[in-house]
Amino acid sequence: MNEFLDMGGYAKYVWSTYSISLIVLTLTVVLCKRTLTNTRKRVLRRQASLKESQT
Amino acid sequence: MWNWFHKLASPPHFYRIASAFEPWLLWLAIACMLTGAYGGLVLAPADHVQGDGFRIIYVHVPAAFLSMFSYALMAVASGIGLIWRMKLAFSVAAATAPVGAAFTFLALVTGAIWGQPMWGSYWEWDPRLTSELILLFLFLGYIFLRQALAETRQADRASGILALVGVVNLPIIHYSVEWWNSIHQGPSLIKLEAPSITTDMLWPLLAMIIGYQLLFLAILMTSVRTQVLQREQNARWITEQLGTENIHG
Repeated sequence: MNEFLDMGGYAKYVWSTYSISLIVLTLTVVLCKRTLTNTRKRVLRRQASLKESQT
Repeated sequence: MWNWFHKLASPPHFYRIASAFEPWLLWLAIACMLTGAYGGLVLAPADHVQGDGFRIIYVHVPAAFLSMFSYALMAVASGIGLIWRMKLAFSVAAATAPVGAAFTFLALVTGAIWGQPMWGSYWEWDPRLTSELILLFLFLGYIFLRQALAETRQADRASGILALVGVVNLPIIHYSVEWWNSIHQGPSLIKLEAPSITTDMLWPLLAMIIGYQLLFLAILMTSVRTQVLQREQNARWITEQLGTENIHG
């Protein structure tokens, strides 16, 4: 196990690239999903206020 | 066929299809990437020259491939939008830019960390590295240009032209290692002869590339919906669509 983690002396290079990739990709997915949720809420609010002003 | 394509290009139809496909694409992407990472970190043998350091290839090459794929898609979508004035095409182009920038950033950073032990330096003003950095600036320029222009139609047109002009950079990135004396190694996969890499090392790389590609599509399904919502917020189908979504949770 230690041998695996050591990556033949390249541990800091291998594990840093894999962690950075995981972090950046996860962030991209989460941020895009959050933007969609926020946009949906905004559009719903806007339409609700439009309906109110019509009645 | 044409009818099917025409239907897909309509924003309400695409919005529904994107909602349905997004979770499947995301889970398939995660499965492919986990398989690829296991194969690349555990099953593949160490490289003769680079030892275990070569394993960075499994996060570097997919990111680099997707950075160029995203730019190509962004440019093609912009071209379709400019020629046929198709709103959905501009939505796709605008949705691609941030994801493409993320992949380009990853390609540059993982490459730099790989370069330190192999070349003795994080960064060199090498043709391959420099042209990939220009790709990042093209994505960022596209994003900032869109933000600077308040009117959507104007933003679509200006950013679309920028995307098309920047396409010249793609062949430069791809052929840079052949045209100039580059410290970056030559291609192992995309070339006319058989790939110069053993099967144990190859399949995890292919799994990772497919995984990254699926993840890209999953993110695109989310971001295109955001674009469509922003552009069509007054359309009646949006009211109906969001109404049903609210009922179903």
